[in-house]
Amino acid sequence: MAKILTFKGGIHPDYRKEISMSEPVREVPLPERVVVPLSQHIGAPDIPVVNKGDVVSEGDVIGRSESFISALVHSPICGKVTDIKKAFHPSLGPSMSVFIERDEKAAPRRYEYKNDPASVSPEDIVEKVHLAGIVGMGGAAFPSHVKFSVPEGRSIDTLIANGAECEPYLTCDQVLMTRKTNEILSGIRLAEKVLRPERIFVAVEDNKKAAVFALEKAVKEMASGGARISVVTLKTKYPQGGEKQIIKALTGREVPPGKLPSDVGCMVHNVGTFNAIYEAVVMEKPLLERVVTVSGDCVSRPGNYTIRVGTLIEDLIELCGIKMTAEPRKILVGGPMMGIAQTGISVPVLKNTSGILFLSDKAAPLYDERQCIRCAKCVDVCPMRLFPTDMMRNVKKENWDNMEDLYISDCMECGSCTYICPARIPLVQYIKEGKAVVSRKKRS
Amino acid sequence: MKRLTIGVSPHIFSPVDTTYLMKSVIKALLPALAAGVYFFRWQAVGLVIASVSGCLLAEVLSRKLRKKPIEMGNYSSLLTGMLLAMILPPSLPLWMAFLGGVVAIALGREIFGGLGSNVFNPALLARAFLMAAFPVALTTWIRPITLDAVTTATPLGLAKFGGETPALGLLAWGRIGGCMGETSALALLAGIAYLLYVKVIDYRIPTAYLGTVMVFAGITRFISPAVYMGPMFHLLAGGLLLGAGFMATDPVTSPVTARGRWVFGVGCGLITMTIRLWGGLPEGVMYSILLMNAATPLINRMTRPKRYGTVKVEKSR
Repeated sequence: MAKILTFKGGIHPDYRKEISMSEPVREVPLPERVVVPLSQHIGAPDIPVVNKGDVVSEGDVIGRSESFISALVHSPICGKVTDIKKAFHPSLGPSMSVFIERDEKAAPRRYEYKNDPASVSPEDIVEKVHLAGIVGMGGAAFPSHVKFSVPEGRSIDTLIANGAECEPYLTCDQVLMTRKTNEILSGIRLAEKVLRPERIFVAVEDNKKAAVFALEKAVKEMASGGARISVVTLKTKYPQGGEKQIIKALTGREVPPGKLPSDVGCMVHNVGTFNAIYEAVVMEKPLLERVVTVSGDCVSRPGNYTIRVGTLIEDLIELCGIKMTAEPRKILVGGPMMGIAQTGISVPVLKNTSGILFLSDKAAPLYDERQCIRCAKCVDVCPMRLFPTDMMRNVKKENWDNMEDLYISDCMECGSCTYICPARIPLVQYIKEGKAVVSRKKRS
Repeated sequence: MKRLTIGVSPHIFSPVDTTYLMKSVIKALLPALAAGVYFFRWQAVGLVIASVSGCLLAEVLSRKLRKKPIEMGNYSSLLTGMLLAMILPPSLPLWMAFLGGVVAIALGREIFGGLGSNVFNPALLARAFLMAAFPVALTTWIRPITLDAVTTATPLGLAKFGGETPALGLLAWGRIGGCMGETSALALLAGIAYLLYVKVIDYRIPTAYLGTVMVFAGITRFISPAVYMGPMFHLLAGGLLLGAGFMATDPVTSPVTARGRWVFGVGCGLITMTIRLWGGLPEGVMYSILLMNAATPLINRMTRPKRYGTVKVEKSR
């Protein structure tokens, strides 16, 4: 194995992956009802194409949009549309959603091997990815077929499968890499057909030895032909899985501000997305379920579960047979570094929901903000070479003119600065405020 | 699930907080403080008590005056008081040490807006004040252990104004004339090693500072060995180790950029050696750090790294 690669900056939080790491992926019974938001991707929300009272089958399209950057939304179960109205979305608040009640008599659809991956054309692959409604499953939820349409004049020389999974607690990618190794690699080969890269990296942090082993073994056993796939070990460090950080670690290239990875010849997809691409192209299965890590210090059966999109957290607790062993103080959708704290449990699992965490006071403590002592730990850890302390000071003084000189828009809100701050200053919160004001001023 | 808390991410935090940082520095000072008490007996204990009470009183009063909550919990006034006591002559009248403590917190810190807003290291600022106000008391030294009424000189004073300088072993152990907490180089090195090990201080400033002093001393010694002392002497004598490990590294008054910390350390080293070799005073640590404190905002501006994605990548893998 070659040298362990990484980027500059970052933090070493307590990973707590052992809580859910060794558990197998558990199948759970189908939910009685689902609430499917029409905004599960970056871009314009979908328009519902079903009406209240309609009978839908599993895999039927229920939402679509005319806009270029959008993804189809499918019905995750067979049943009847009971309502189309606003419901709580884990990150957007009240958002238009399709309510479906399951028809118990309808048998769930079965997906079989349909298309030979060797004989599908590149155009066909992109179209099938589009029809399956695939979005980036690592968190960003960017529509995958849109990502595949590389801007005119650009070419991709490096394709990256992101298996870093640097967020603490989360293990869904890890278990996927050991259980669906061949599917992921097959998905990578399909993407290769579309993009024609010179080289392919499957990048995994060095705390996931089993995944690295499985991937290396599968790559070795793979039929020859195509670009070389290298399984690369990255240093375990947050935010190693950030798009810009993983590109930097693997290629040494930096994505310029406001530009896309394709500007430096790279494309990054999460390993889960490659699995979904495989299922979409070969089995014509839309993205309507995913592996979700349910963890935290308050649950009795932490682990990785295959869950239908649209399943509410409150139903999921029951379906997974989970008991609360302690009173959760925070319920997070996503990891503890960038995940979103929920106000209630009536929120659904989305295509990009990697984890649901139930954390006690102890695991997710609350602190009072104290005086900044300019220790510069935030500057040292910022993977984007920013000055969180200066941004915070300027936001506090409402000194908005300085914000752009500090490149506030480059902040990706990874949270490393807030994590490390010894004065417990919620730096990301101040930066978010600063960003909002700056973009408002720009528009007016 | 009745009382769910929301809040902006992240939801987990490093176990290291301000209190831990301050406590670690206090812990790291203990060997040198113990050496100070061993060499200078009750005089040393008196200095610490006087200086720390001055600091704490000033904190309480200025906080009351500014109608701000008193934050004793972060140990920073205690730390400033300890540091100040350690850079004062052991024979200093205790009321002067007390006054120094008041000045350190009131004029060195609170006047700028409190912890984190001061430009100068509070302990050093207070020492500079005492130096200006009571020049004789601040340059009178007594013998360790015996505490003879007969005054002695510091090794740097001997080197500068003539006299036989003590052997390096004695400098390392610390049975020499000097400020209360600065004489034992070994005890200070132990403290610095601890702070580097627990990553409470960044290695760049002490490395640059001590490295510059040693290179400077090495060159001058090489050019004229009859006039100048060697690098080991300059490393172990005076307040260099205390200054480089515990004062130049003060987060509040040193640069925030990694490159800036190198510049800061090199600057401290150059000024220290210029004063030591060619200035009117035998020792230059205090003024070098204060001057570099003043230059810190400029250093921060000039050492800002290039914006992410705008640097030409030398070699892309």
